[in-house]
Amino acid sequence: MADLHFLANPARFRRFSQRVLPGLGFATVLMLCACLYMAFFVAPADYQQGQTVRIMFLHVPSAWLSMMGYALLAGLGASLLVWRHPLAALMARAAAPVGASFAAVCLLTGSLWGRPMWGTYWVWDARLTSMLLLFFLYLGHIALSRAYDEPERGDRAAAILALIGVINLPIIKFSVDWWNTLHQPASVTRLDAPAIHNSILVPLLWMAVSLLFLFVFLVLLRTETEIDRRRLENAAAQEEGAPA
Amino acid sequence: MSNHAAFILASYLAAFVILGGLVIASLSARNRVRRELDQRGLAPRGSAPRGVDRKR
Amino acid sequence: MMGGFTALLARDLRLVWRQPGDVGVVLAFYVVAVVLFPLGIGPETNVLQRIAAGVLWSAALFAALLSLERLFAADHEDGTLDLLLLAPWPLELAALAKCTSHWIVTGLPLSLLAPVLGVAFGLDGESLLALFATLLIGTPTLSLIGGLAAALTLGARKSGALLALLALPLCVPTLIFGAGAVETLAAGEGLATHLAILGALALVALGTTPWAIAAALRQAGE
Repeated sequence: MADLHFLANPARFRRFSQRVLPGLGFATVLMLCACLYMAFFVAPADYQQGQTVRIMFLHVPSAWLSMMGYALLAGLGASLLVWRHPLAALMARAAAPVGASFAAVCLLTGSLWGRPMWGTYWVWDARLTSMLLLFFLYLGHIALSRAYDEPERGDRAAAILALIGVINLPIIKFSVDWWNTLHQPASVTRLDAPAIHNSILVPLLWMAVSLLFLFVFLVLLRTETEIDRRRLENAAAQEEGAPA
Repeated sequence: MSNHAAFILASYLAAFVILGGLVIASLSARNRVRRELDQRGLAPRGSAPRGVDRKR
Repeated sequence: MMGGFTALLARDLRLVWRQPGDVGVVLAFYVVAVVLFPLGIGPETNVLQRIAAGVLWSAALFAALLSLERLFAADHEDGTLDLLLLAPWPLELAALAKCTSHWIVTGLPLSLLAPVLGVAFGLDGESLLALFATLLIGTPTLSLIGGLAAALTLGARKSGALLALLALPLCVPTLIFGAGAVETLAAGEGLATHLAILGALALVALGTTPWAIAAALRQAGE
């Protein structure tokens, strides 16, 4: 990670992101279009799930990305609290809504997949329930980081929350799994097929990569905005303090 | 396909609305902040002001 | 070092002793909240028996959250917190003392009150005992997690609602195993596993939250 330390300086990060963003955005759009084509026209229907397997191409990668996003928040929280990287706070502030959006996509697509497969929009399935709780953790992080008049306090409080949250996530996951087996739901078809066929797996992985590109694009773009906004706020505070 | 098409299209539409909305919101927020910086006569940090090379 | 801990704990308990109404309000809220469920759902005993543990546990969670907002706020306003930050003994211990006092004035009375209310839900003796035991082991975790949420939201806007939003998802495991224990008992299985897991959750909370609370208080005091 030592190579990434050069990005800890906001000005340098900003130069870097400005150079990278246009190309990254263009690549993301191209890849997403290719993936949509693959998902709808190349991938075959699943023998068990039928055509609804196409929802999985969105559902599974957004679940991965929302979990990765929370790990990112925890890592940024640690680097803010331990090394006081000024950029970590801004990037966490930028990344939390992105992760929350992917969690929301995962929940919505899961619910829309459940209607034809399970016969209902919502099942208290272990996976869906823990994703819902992850979404709430994101909401708490977003709300806490914006709840203070001094943004730096919100950043540090949210960093502590992200670290405690990442310790608790496996515990929450474990308890929800336990809860789910205790209240064994009737007639729920399990998603985990014995093995995913390559014709499904390849588009799934491509979609995961292109949504990852979208994730990175959004985080870089929003971090850049946060840098500028912080500069604007500082300038406004200076003007108030000492009128020129 | 026909019997479940509505759900498939609805999921892709939902994802498009959420993620596309986030992209649009992020882009417009960046442009707004940049415009305000410009109005105050502040160049965003890390970008060279127009016409001047700030490199040492 | 322990002297500071006991001194702070004794001070907090003395403060509560002089204002017993504050504890009374929390307990009254608990009773009223629990009583609403039969009124809303209907008086069928088998339904009430079925939901009793979940209702009594969820209401205990809300009641515990209710009194948390003031946990550090009063100390923050009158300057006690600044003195705690300067004190020669670790802030982690002060955080633990605050959470302990919160548990003594809310968690403990709630655990004693829950079996009494459980009678009204038609629970049998064994289930009432299980309810008491799970609350006794589970409420310290709620106090610790709630204390963290209180420290994080200290001085924030809309801190009450925010506190609940932060604490509730983190309290889910305790709720699941606490309420689940009574249900497994009804299914004819032993309690030991659930009590052991609740104990483990309490230990994890004990091992992480005091440090996090201390970190949150330090940045609040800066």
